[in-house]
Amino acid sequence: MKAILALSDGTIYRGISIGVGGTTIGEVVFNTSMTGYQEILTDPSYRGQIVALTYPLIGNYGVNADDMESSQPQVSGFVVKELCDSPSNFRSAATGQDFLERHQIVGIQGIDVRALTKKIRVHGVMMSALSTEHTAAELMELVENAPSYDQIDFVRRVSCQQAYQWDRDETHRGGQWSMEFFAANRVVVLDYGVKFNILRSLRSRGCEVIVMPCTSTLEEMLRWEPTGVLLSNGPGDPSLLEYAITNIRNMIEYSQERYLPIMGICLGNQLLGTAFGGTTYKLKFGHRGANHPVKDLATGRVYITSQNHGYALADEGLPSEVEVSHINLNDHTVEGLRHKRLPIFSVQYHPEASPGPRDNSYLFDHFVQLMSAHPAS
Amino acid sequence: MPKRTDIDKVMVIGSGPIVIGQAAEFDYAGTQACRALREEGVSVVLVNSNPATIMTDTEIADRVYIEPLTIEFLESIIARERPEGLLPTLGGQTGLNTATQLAKAGILDKYDIQLLGTPLSAIARAEDRELFKQTMEEIGEPIPDSAIVTTVAAAEEFAERIGYPLIVRPAYTLGGTGGGIAGDIHSLRNTTTRGLTLSMINQVLLERCVTGWKEIEYEVMRDGADNCITVCNMENLDPMGIHTGDSIVVAPSQTLSDKEYQLLRSASLNIIRALKIEGGCNVQLALDPESMDYYVIEVNPRVSRSSALASKATGYPIARVAAKIAIGLRLDEIPNAVTQKTLACFEPALDYIVVKIPRFPFDKFVNSDRTVGTQMKATGEVMSIDRSFESGLMKALRSLEIGVYGLRLKGAELWSEMELEEKLRKATDERIFVVAEAFRRGWQIREIHEQSAIDYWFLEKIEKLIIMESRLRDLRLEDLTPDLLLEAKTMGFNDHHLGELTGLKETVIRARRKEFAIGPVYKMVDTCAAEFEAETPYFYSCYEMEDE
Repeated sequence: MKAILALSDGTIYRGISIGVGGTTIGEVVFNTSMTGYQEILTDPSYRGQIVALTYPLIGNYGVNADDMESSQPQVSGFVVKELCDSPSNFRSAATGQDFLERHQIVGIQGIDVRALTKKIRVHGVMMSALSTEHTAAELMELVENAPSYDQIDFVRRVSCQQAYQWDRDETHRGGQWSMEFFAANRVVVLDYGVKFNILRSLRSRGCEVIVMPCTSTLEEMLRWEPTGVLLSNGPGDPSLLEYAITNIRNMIEYSQERYLPIMGICLGNQLLGTAFGGTTYKLKFGHRGANHPVKDLATGRVYITSQNHGYALADEGLPSEVEVSHINLNDHTVEGLRHKRLPIFSVQYHPEASPGPRDNSYLFDHFVQLMSAHPAS
Repeated sequence: MPKRTDIDKVMVIGSGPIVIGQAAEFDYAGTQACRALREEGVSVVLVNSNPATIMTDTEIADRVYIEPLTIEFLESIIARERPEGLLPTLGGQTGLNTATQLAKAGILDKYDIQLLGTPLSAIARAEDRELFKQTMEEIGEPIPDSAIVTTVAAAEEFAERIGYPLIVRPAYTLGGTGGGIAGDIHSLRNTTTRGLTLSMINQVLLERCVTGWKEIEYEVMRDGADNCITVCNMENLDPMGIHTGDSIVVAPSQTLSDKEYQLLRSASLNIIRALKIEGGCNVQLALDPESMDYYVIEVNPRVSRSSALASKATGYPIARVAAKIAIGLRLDEIPNAVTQKTLACFEPALDYIVVKIPRFPFDKFVNSDRTVGTQMKATGEVMSIDRSFESGLMKALRSLEIGVYGLRLKGAELWSEMELEEKLRKATDERIFVVAEAFRRGWQIREIHEQSAIDYWFLEKIEKLIIMESRLRDLRLEDLTPDLLLEAKTMGFNDHHLGELTGLKETVIRARRKEFAIGPVYKMVDTCAAEFEAETPYFYSCYEMEDE
């Protein structure tokens, strides 16, 4: 079955259908990771986006039950050069095609993804439509009339509806955790579209993990008597999320009086920065990949990070108590914040990796240390 | 950490003669390094015994000495030139061994010369089997059961405890010279005796054989501030048991999930940190195809054959960056030469696949044993880049210049079934053609896997090529539709090969292709999968839409 990808600037790519037949609309973005397609497909931060992978051979090791970052694929559409029909890996439980089909994902293969990537690099991300049913002209019309990605609150769509406890047990490879970390740290995770590996990373460090809906208020959170709060990753434009920003402001105010460590990841970093008084802006084509160098300004050390974001925090407008702690070495954008006095910090990249390098998992250690350093305990 | 100001003149030791087990890659690395040092205003004194190299061209270094690489000659050059630093990690094992000898003889101290890049203690930790084992145990990285022996009797004792097969590797040799797999006491005695003679320090390592496991390599870089990156990883099509220099190798790995990729990446970074290497290093790992178990097999604490491959495969100039690190620069102070906007402190993202095939000298040494194992026999290698494994493989096969245009080897059809099975199990330089021939004769993929232990992923792709072969056989011109022709070209069949298969003339195929406007386009190797604009890229051909 044939498929067409149409971009809002009029570019048309013709290829072969993967996943199911149908039509889908979304912002088209590219990711340069060479492994981890299953984690990418199931990352809620991709909601509303048609994701193209620049690595040409996808699906080689199949899909399995363990590499899910949420309960289902989240992308609006999937674009690859070649989807492997006979994967080989001892964990492989199904092919990429089976997986996309089961979850009703529309995709396309056989197009020149490098040409598409260059297009996005030069002209920026844009709305696009992917279809097995419509003509190119019909698709162009659909794209023109579609609501813009930037105007939709995707966070409400991916967040959990009710609070739940994450109790899947995780064993920590290496096992260098001393007993003090198993002191009852209870983390409330505000679910803006959280990836499972954030929850696993906390759990494997002995934390009790409570996941709460994105609209939860400070009062609702405090009922759980958390020792720390994690602001998760998530999709879309942070400036639309007034409810989340207000809530984080309340948290910051509360933490002036009571010791409450807060860690932000990705969208969590942007929301935290906005709550402090900063602003966000849209990047031309975002950062999506597993090879972004980030510099820790305090130590001068450089870390290779996993990234997935289309917006960034401006380095202006932050109060003097909050400093930019990390920057991206490629384009010098803000990659992290640190409160000088309070136990609050955030990063724009993904310490939970999955996919990508695990070099930054020490940030979870740091968060656990902050919680364990509770002056009252 | 800016460039060191106390180093104005650096001596670089070349790799000496090109011997079996080593190709011209050290010349490539050394040349890159000399240029990188001179860019930073450092005067370079080059010593190499081999004048037939690029690095001994007069414009590469400030002073070039073509002298034997012995400590006597080196000392006299040192006395005359009085360099402040010595860079030994770019001349392969020869340069490294020579530097070790210079240090041991007290010559470096006598002339107050600093060893740049990786310290000798780190080299010893990577190369000395016992120290390496200790270091790996300290950081919790698994290594196969092993023992260092200096006598044949001790080897027999170990074999009695662990069982066969065992791998025998002499310490401090080039390309694993003198090593082998011992399946019984007789071969153990033979290989150990040979290995003890060949080893510079009369040591032989015996080790549990993980034949059949996936063989994965990582190229890693570390600077003096402990920043670490991986340049790329590679997967051997020929699993453990065949020296990586004699294996068909692809970059990046193809059958590893992100969990496996990151598991081995983290291990590699762990290792380069523990060894305190400053510069590049190659880590070889064995991964169980049926679990997440892995073993660290070997670490090369220097620019190696694999790093030359990784360099060309990714566009990341490993030797150049290693040279800059050696004189004190940090990864985030070195620009990415391809994009010129980003820095050397990142990890290349590939949007293509690289296929390396070793080139063996058996057309010249017609009577030698063609089986391949743990001792490297190849004298060179070819590398291809394309958008799929199939086309990359076909391109590389043609580049071997052994008269093949694809997976068909002259005379393969004459092999008996027994011969074929034997050749599958006991690999020779021709194994890829043997696999192809087995598919051609209708062998099941599972049977081929059981004999060769080659991963199903690679076998599936080879089978696809054979299926295409049969679709093309004895085709009439009118049956060669645009779709079929494009599919065949995309899979890497060249016009000559299409001619052989269809029985049509190559010129007729070409004309047909032109008629349908089917032709290659050229894409960039830019280190970043098109995320940034490239200033000095190189190109590969493929059958795609956009020509760059």
